This record gives sequence, C-alpha cells and structure tokens, in this order.
Amino acid sequence: MLLLPCPWCGLREEVEFRYGGQAGIAYPADPDALSDEEWADYLFMRDNPKGPFAERWYHVHGCRRWFNLVRDTATNELLAEGR
Amino acid sequence: MPGPGPGRRLASGGAIDRTRTLGFTFDGREYAGLEGDTLASALLANGLAGGFQSPLLGRPRGVMSAGPEEPCAFVEVSAPWFDLLAPATMLRLVDGLAAIPRTGVGRLPPPDASAVAARPRHAHVETLVVGGGVAGLRAAREAAERGDRVLLLDERSWLGGTARSFEQVEGRPAWEWVEETAAALRSAPDVTLLTEATALGLYDAGYAVIHERSRPVEHLWHVRAKRVVLATGAHERPVAFAGNDRPGVMLSGAVLTYLDRFGVLPAERAVVWVANDAGYATARALRAAGAEVVAVVDARREGEAAAQDQARADGLEVLAGSVIAATDAATGSGHVSGAFAVGPDGQRIRLEAELLAVSGGWNPVVQLHRAIGGGLRYDPARACFVPDGGPTWLSATGAAAGEVPAAEPVWHIAAGDGDSSALSTSLSEHFVDLQRDQTVSDVAGALDAGLRSVEHIKRVTHIGTAADQGRTSGTLAAEIVNQLLGADPGAQGPTGARPPWAPLPYHVLAGPFRGRLFDPVRETPIHPWHVAHGAVFENVGQWKRPWYFQREGESMEEAVLRECAAARDGVALMDASTLGKIEVVGPDAATFLDRMYTNAISTLPVGRLRYGVMLGLDGMVFDDGVAMRLAADRYLVTTTTGNAAAVLDRFEEWLQTEWPELRCWATSVTEQWATIAVVGPLAREVLWAAGTDVDVSTAAFPFMAWRDGTVAGVPARVTRVSFSGSLAFEVNIASWHGLQVWEALYAAGQPFGLTVYGTETMHVLRAEKAFPIVGQDTDGTVTADDLGMSWIVNLRKGDFVGRRSLRRADLTRPNRKQLVGLLPQDTAALIPEGAQLIDPGSVGASPPVPMRGHVTSSYRSAALGRTFALALLEAGRQRHGDTVFAFDARLTEPIAATVADPVFYDPEGARRDG
Repeated sequence: MLLLPCPWCGLREEVEFRYGGQAGIAYPADPDALSDEEWADYLFMRDNPKGPFAERWYHVHGCRRWFNLVRDTATNELLAEGR
Repeated sequence: MPGPGPGRRLASGGAIDRTRTLGFTFDGREYAGLEGDTLASALLANGLAGGFQSPLLGRPRGVMSAGPEEPCAFVEVSAPWFDLLAPATMLRLVDGLAAIPRTGVGRLPPPDASAVAARPRHAHVETLVVGGGVAGLRAAREAAERGDRVLLLDERSWLGGTARSFEQVEGRPAWEWVEETAAALRSAPDVTLLTEATALGLYDAGYAVIHERSRPVEHLWHVRAKRVVLATGAHERPVAFAGNDRPGVMLSGAVLTYLDRFGVLPAERAVVWVANDAGYATARALRAAGAEVVAVVDARREGEAAAQDQARADGLEVLAGSVIAATDAATGSGHVSGAFAVGPDGQRIRLEAELLAVSGGWNPVVQLHRAIGGGLRYDPARACFVPDGGPTWLSATGAAAGEVPAAEPVWHIAAGDGDSSALSTSLSEHFVDLQRDQTVSDVAGALDAGLRSVEHIKRVTHIGTAADQGRTSGTLAAEIVNQLLGADPGAQGPTGARPPWAPLPYHVLAGPFRGRLFDPVRETPIHPWHVAHGAVFENVGQWKRPWYFQREGESMEEAVLRECAAARDGVALMDASTLGKIEVVGPDAATFLDRMYTNAISTLPVGRLRYGVMLGLDGMVFDDGVAMRLAADRYLVTTTTGNAAAVLDRFEEWLQTEWPELRCWATSVTEQWATIAVVGPLAREVLWAAGTDVDVSTAAFPFMAWRDGTVAGVPARVTRVSFSGSLAFEVNIASWHGLQVWEALYAAGQPFGLTVYGTETMHVLRAEKAFPIVGQDTDGTVTADDLGMSWIVNLRKGDFVGRRSLRRADLTRPNRKQLVGLLPQDTAALIPEGAQLIDPGSVGASPPVPMRGHVTSSYRSAALGRTFALALLEAGRQRHGDTVFAFDARLTEPIAATVADPVFYDPEGARRDG
C-alpha cells in the first residue's frame, strides 16, 4: 500500500485516496468543434507507460482535494509532487 | 495410525524443560511432551515419526522439517483454540493441545467455538526486522543503537533461529549471546520483539502485515517501516529421488534442530546425505546422541571437500562422490528402512537405516523480497538464488542475503539401471512437491506437453501452490526443469509466492470487524419507529431503509398492495431521509449546475424546484434528482440514495480540476435533514391536522415549489414534489426533529387511515409512472433518450457534461434499447426482474436466439389490478402493441407480454394535485 504525499495533509495511506488516472488531460475548450474521433480520444484514450507517469489523486477520505504527482509505475517510486 | 517409531527423548540437552510435562492428544490418543516442544518435536519424542498422509496419493508421510517449510506434517487443532491448518513444526506445544493430522478438506467449527477476534495492531517504526536469528538480532541491535524505533519478529516461538548450542557468536556461546542480545533489546526504548509472528506480506513503502499467533488471542499487525531488513534465513532443500517422501526422510538441518534444541533423537540408525559441509554437523550430533551413523554420503567427489577427511578422522564412514538414489521401507508403516547409495563408479549399496538426513543445499528465504518487486540472481557457488535489486527501503542480511554454505548443485537423482528390485525406476516416486503429491514424472509430463516456463508448469502441476507455498519445492522444481531441458542451473528460478506467506485463519483477518462492525450502518432519525412498527429492512448502500411494513399474518405481497392502495387513494407516509442532499453555494453556483445537469438550472426562480438529470462524459445517465433554489447563490440538490457520495465527488472533481475559477462550493447536508413524504389525495388534510402555517392549498402552493414554515410546531421546509404521481408534500426538518414530526404526522393521519410504506411500495408507485431508478432501470449504458426523457436534455443552453457524446454514432443509432412498459398477457404472471426478452419466433428455437432486451423492474400493481413491468427493448418505442416473450432460468415457460407505453398510471397527470 502506497504512502501518498497529500500536499495539504502530508503522507497518508493509499486507502484514503482515490486514483484519478492520467494528469493533464484538460476538458476541451469547445467539445462541439471536435470530430467524433478527437472526442473519443479525449474520452477513452490514456497513456499507460512503464516508468514515470504524471497522474491525479483525490484525497477522498481526507481533505477531499485533488492533486498531481509523478510516480514510476514499475517501482512505485514517487518522483515529483504537485498540487 | 502412527506405529511406534524409532524416535526418543534424550536424557540431556536442548532448550526444553524436562520438569514441565504437557499433555496433548494427537489423532485421538493421549501423549506427553515438554515445555519448549513444538507439536512436531513432541511427536518425534513419542516415537511418532509418521502419522500423516499425503493428500492425493495417500502415501504415508512424516515430519520432514523443523520449521515453516514443512510440507507434510499439517494438523487441525481443536483445543485449546481452533486452527484449521497448522504445520506441526510451528505449533508450540501447550497443555491440553488437541490435534489431528490434516487430511482432505478441513472442517469448520460451530460458530461459537471460533477464536477470540482481536483488534488489529498498528505500529510505525524506523526499522522492521523480519527474522530473529543471529543476523536479525544483530540488525535490530544496530538499528536500536541508532535510536530507531525497532520491531523485530520471528515466526518461531524462540529467538535465535537455527543458531546451535555448540556454536559461538562474537566470542560467546550462541544461545547465551542470543539471550543477552534479546534482553538488551527488550530493555531498550522503542524496541519490540515478537515471537510466533509471521510477516504475511510486504507491500509498498515499507508496509508489512504480520500475524502474531499469541494464543488464544491472535493479532494482525499493520506496520509501516522506513526500512525493512529481511533476516528470514534459509530453508534447506530436499533432493528428488525414488521414495524421498517416506517417513524417516528428513532435512539434515531439521534433524540437528531436533537433537540440539529439543533433545529428541529421531532414530537410532541414520544415513546423512550431503552436498555441502553443513550436513557433517548433523552426523556428529547424531553420533554424540548415541545414534549409529551408518554413512555420510557426500555428493562431492573424493578430496573435493576437507570436511570428508576431517569426518573420517573422527571415525565417520564417508562415501564421497556418491548419491542416494532410492529408499525402501519396512512393510506396514511405510517408514524408511534403508537407502540405496550409488558410488562414483555406479556401484550401488544398500545402507540400513531408519533415518535419512538430506541436505541438498539452502534456499535463502526471499519470497517477501520478490513479492515487493525484488529480483533474484543465481549464485553458482552456493547453488541457490539470492536477492537482487528491490526497493531502496528493503535490505537482506545473513542467510537471506545469500550467506549460506557452498553446495554442489544436486537436484534430482534419476533412477539408474539398478540391480535391486527395491529400486524404483519410475519417476513417479521422485517427489518434488510433497504437499501437492507432484513428482519428477509430473514435471516431465508438463514438459512433454510443450510447456517450458516454470510459471506455466506451476499452473499445470500445482507445484508450489499448496499451503507451504513451495518452500521446499519451488527452487527444486525450477532446477529440475532446467535439468530436464538441458539448461544450466539457475536458467530459470522459482516462481513467486503470494501473500499471505503462511496460512492464517480468516477470523484473524476479519478481527472484530464482523456483524454490526463489518460495515458502517446508516440509520435515519426515524429508524427506531420503523423497528417498533414491524418494518422489514433492505440495505441501500449503507443505509437501512424500511422495505415494507408487515402486519400480523400478512405476506410481503399483501403488505405492498395495501401500502400502494393507501398512497393512491388515501394518504401514506414514507421516510425519505436517505436521499442525498448537497448544498451548492456561491456566486457561480447557477453556472456550475448548468454544466452538470442536462437542463437549465440557472433559470430556476428562488422558491421553485426542478427535476434534473446528470450524464457521464460518455453521455450515459449518471444520476438524477431535484434542484431547489434557496437563494440567488444557493441551491440544494438531491441525489439518489446510493449515489450521494459519488455525486458530491463529481462536483468536487469538476470544481477543483477543470473550473477552479468558479466561485462555488458543494457541501453534503444529507444527514442534517430528515425528510418525510406525505403522499396521497388526503395529504393536505394530514398536514392541516398536524398543524402547519404553510398554505398548502393548490392555488398557493404549486407543484415543484418549496415553502418555509412550521409543521407540527417545528421549523420545516415543505416541498411539493412527487416520486409517485400522487399528490405529495415532502416535509424537511432538522434531523433531530425527524422522529418527533414523523410521530406527529402519523398521529394526525390516523383519522384519515394514514398508512406507512417502504421502498418496495415506492418502487411500484414510481414504476406505474415510468419514473426510472438510476442503477435499476439504467446500468451505465442508458441515455436520457433511451428512457424517453429527451425533453430533459437542453442542447441550446450551452455545454454540459456529456453533451458532446450525445452526437456519437452509437448514441444515435435507431435500434438502441429504449424504456417500454410490458403487460404480461396473463395478468397474474410476474416476470422476474432481469429476464431477457426474445421475439415470438425465438420461443422454442434452439439457442442462441437474439436477445432483444431485458426487464428492469417488475411488480404487481394495486392501481392497475394486474402485474406490469418496465424493460429496455431494442427500438422499443416503435414496438408498442407488439408481443415479446420474457424468459430466464427462473421460469419454466416464457411469459408473453404486450409492449406498451411505460406510463401506466394517470398519464394526464391529473392526480398530482390531489
């Protein structure tokens, strides 16, 4: 079980969090302007690297804040913390 | 039944207390052991070398090891505690212990006999040391000297591991060093030493789960450590040869442990078979105990090891360059009576002995290291796999790190062209995994079938999957695969083990968290009244909701019909407090809600309510509820009971991650309010009778409006909203007033025949109106249009979550499943919910036939005087009037039903105003 660095609460047990998938996937400014393919790409397609991965976490059973971090998916080493 | 075996207790030596006798039973017979014994050492001391049976083949088996690697001697304990599965080698003997050999499937005790469940313990330390042998104690001492908080655990009942009484540590006799070091650690601040405690698993960031078998109360520990040191030692390895599973074939180090620690001699005549120096200590200890050592059979060639000549100088017979190829057994017990040695020139001799001590080398115990992502490296000098890599917080020391004696790689002795009839030439007696009864023949069979990877072979043979998790068989199986494939030793290593690394009873995992503590239970403020009035409850998420209120002599069906009739024709009360309620507050609240719901919430005037639907980004219905505008910058939105947390989470996600510029905050107020629905044409009469200053007349209080005032003397917010289609008011009061107002309304309603109802009646009433329940009539693949609710989707108001998806090809295809009503042609036939819908032409046809849809809701209706159902049916809106058939495994015959508009009750909406 990971220990995750909540930027507001410090290191907490993984069970307090919910995983939020890949970070940095912004909601399109004008969804109507997107083709079906582009929209499907936004909806469904995510990277799945072996190695460093910027991802979102939600401290759902704590301060209820979302934050980002970079985790190595092969070793679970936390490489960068953010808000 | 175990026969009298060859073992006995020695007159002196060991760490047992000869003055303290402990009585125990094994397989129903009474025996005596000593304080300090394990069950296994006590059995051997009583001459019970065998007494166990292999699980598949039924071959006689005996104690093979003196530790957790035991593959044979498993018992079921019935007193003084219960344990379904325990290796006798790990079971500290206590007075009154009752055990039987484990055969086949275990038997659960009656519930009242289950062990005491303790709360889990939590510990945070800088250093966790797994293993309390010499290496582990050293690591703990070093950490304690650094000022660390230290937790050290060992799975045995003693510290010191396999340190021998005749060895020296740091210039002190080993056992004294262990005692002194442990005493110093115990007196150090923040150091905890646990025995009879097994690390079941090691997880990310130094997290360990530990099972402490401190009988009768067992503990599960959750430990977070900055550093974890594995001092887990090494397990000695058996060798595969014919008849290597017989009682009397033991691991060499185990024989030494029984002699040295328990003062038990397993047999008077022994052959010691080694591929390393360490087995010579066993031979010497056997002889010192008065046993006859027939020979030390050394796989290494003559002159390859100095130990050979030293042993000869001590008068031991050494057969260098030799292996044991087979054993034979005395008739009856199956106990070893002789071993066949094969010399360097192929000559074969039979050595008569009742004990064969085998040492095929040592496997560092690296399973915890591997489970957390560490790798292995083959060490050819020691013929074993040692830890390699792994997380930075994890290290290994001592034997676990690979500090084991050098060994000749000896894995499998193929049967030769022997001249003795006693020598099996079949590989099916060369055991690899004794607990799974798998042999070299089984491994060869898997290879013949084309398998090459040990991972695949494991899954075909089940080698390594038994309760011992392949402690003795994992590396052996891998090396036999290497050997049979002609690969180098170490080409493939053992398969991994999964937590839990040792068997443990489920009640330890459950701890006290069962019954009412299993999961939080949420009750409304009115719950005690429901209990007192015969409510039958159903679970909705964590909520307990009245399902129906059963009267004396009434069936559920009768109760629901009675409750429905009251709500339609008289007046009825329902506790709606579980509805999720979220206050959305701030200058941008209206903008935010417009983006969350498919319809416009911003245009809602203060004082009014509006039904709303939320979609997922994929365009599918996610939740529905009612938005109530309390002020220009303040809304209260309701959610379905089970989805309240998910809706709040969704609000937070969008507000925080996409639109942080919106000045808007969402707060759960579900438990701040109690909500009572007063339903039926006589609802106003009941409110008047209970006393209210709210003008509830139709003219003054329109549908989908709210008013503040008092009801039954307490402040209340009354809404006119209906989930039934009948006239209804919902009275919202502070939760602490909930019970009081409920009782007042109930009393006020008695002259009007007021009835209380539960969720089943609520479901029937709303289904008669085709009000869908998210999660029952929808399943994440259903759009608002599928539900016949395209009217709620406002495509002109601007963007909202899920809007773009509504144009996707799959969401606009004409044959989507749509919500329809079904009227069974036999008006008494009730279609089971979940039943599939098929075309008339498919009835009687051999499957597969096209599935056209499925039934989502199905009830008996008091108002309609018949059964009806809701269903999702392909292009259903075009099929009103068609006949379809509903079928599933619960039915003997398909039920014919007519497709209809799903709104069955009051389609004009005339009953809404009473």
